[in-house]
Amino acid sequence: MGRSLDARAVALSAAVLDIDCAEESARIARALVEIVSRTLHRRGVVVALSGGVDSSVCAALAVRALGPQRVLGLLLPERDSSSAASMLGRLVAEQLGIEHHVEDIGATLEAIGCYRWRDEAIRSVFPAYGSGWLSKIVIAGGAQGGVNFFKLVVQSPSGEVLERRMPAKEYLQIVAATNFKQRIRKTLEYFHADRLNYAVVGTPNRLEYDQGFFVKNGDGAADVKPIAHLYKTQVYALARHLGLPREVCCARPTTDTYSMPQGQDEFYFALPYEQMDLALWALNHGLSAAQLAPAIGVTPAQAENVYADIRAKRRTTAYLHRAAQLVSAVGEISAP
Amino acid sequence: MDTIKTQVRKYVMDNFLMGAFPEELRDEDSFMGRHVLDSVGVLELISYLEQTFGIKVEDEEMVPDNLDSLNCVARYLQRKLAMVTA
Repeated sequence: MGRSLDARAVALSAAVLDIDCAEESARIARALVEIVSRTLHRRGVVVALSGGVDSSVCAALAVRALGPQRVLGLLLPERDSSSAASMLGRLVAEQLGIEHHVEDIGATLEAIGCYRWRDEAIRSVFPAYGSGWLSKIVIAGGAQGGVNFFKLVVQSPSGEVLERRMPAKEYLQIVAATNFKQRIRKTLEYFHADRLNYAVVGTPNRLEYDQGFFVKNGDGAADVKPIAHLYKTQVYALARHLGLPREVCCARPTTDTYSMPQGQDEFYFALPYEQMDLALWALNHGLSAAQLAPAIGVTPAQAENVYADIRAKRRTTAYLHRAAQLVSAVGEISAP
Repeated sequence: MDTIKTQVRKYVMDNFLMGAFPEELRDEDSFMGRHVLDSVGVLELISYLEQTFGIKVEDEEMVPDNLDSLNCVARYLQRKLAMVTA
């Protein structure tokens, strides 16, 4: 403490996100032991490994806390998953020396209607969409000071790319259908957690947790979220500290949910994570948009739009964080 | 203008507030600021405006000045409808 906000603004750079990785990983490991054993009363943890940096760091921290014999890794690919992600997930599990299972959830998703509901909504926007076509959703508007909206992007088998703004009904149906992926994964995670008397680890970083970038009762469901307080930049730093494979430490964040390649910034966040981290940090520490702007290379007006977008997403996704609402409190049961 | 506003008010009250809180919304109140609409709610409002008034809301028109209060929507609709009939 003691430095004024102005003084901090002069120095605002990625350095504000520097952490003592040795101390932080030791602190998280101690907390995990306490939470799993004394709060949750479980014998170990299940971590779904996407091949990305967040789940890899969570698994490595769990191994550090509990030992490899008390950590189960799950690789849960489906039809639209990239083979590179699965390969990285397996590489991490093998490096950590944890038991891991690969369960392709494609048939389950097919049976439950995930692809059918999604494709029906896509076809109502692009009637020609069908076999051999690829798709993704991209966000627009918010970073430019407008209202956030989503565009559907499709690629025909011949390589032609088309995009169109989605009406609310089609947007909601595509998201609802693709949310099956996270919810089926979570069902499997809890199956294994139940049979082993383990807890389930949720893997959001701070950006995702703060901005509601998760599926309620899907990847948002968990018993413990060990890195939810860490900015993405800090998660990458921990990944390097923990000696995770270079490909994991260098990988750009993706959704790995749609059939076209899709960065997280394209789908949800206004900016790439390095800039989003700084913007969120600056907002959380009371810096003005004008103070933020030079640090992320935008104009003060654009920085104001980024702040407005962060606040809007907090409002829009507040419901995702809420537990079921009771009409009357049940006094004997205290919320944790 | 008042007719448009009344019609949109009824839609907003019925669709987003279940018709239960008529005192919640003054003409100048920000939909998003008052937590009546979130970004998905705005998409629903746009679908309603396009279907009900036969207009096309362009991407660049999706800004708070056009959509974030009853007054804003009424002014925006009046401009759009004038363009259609011009």
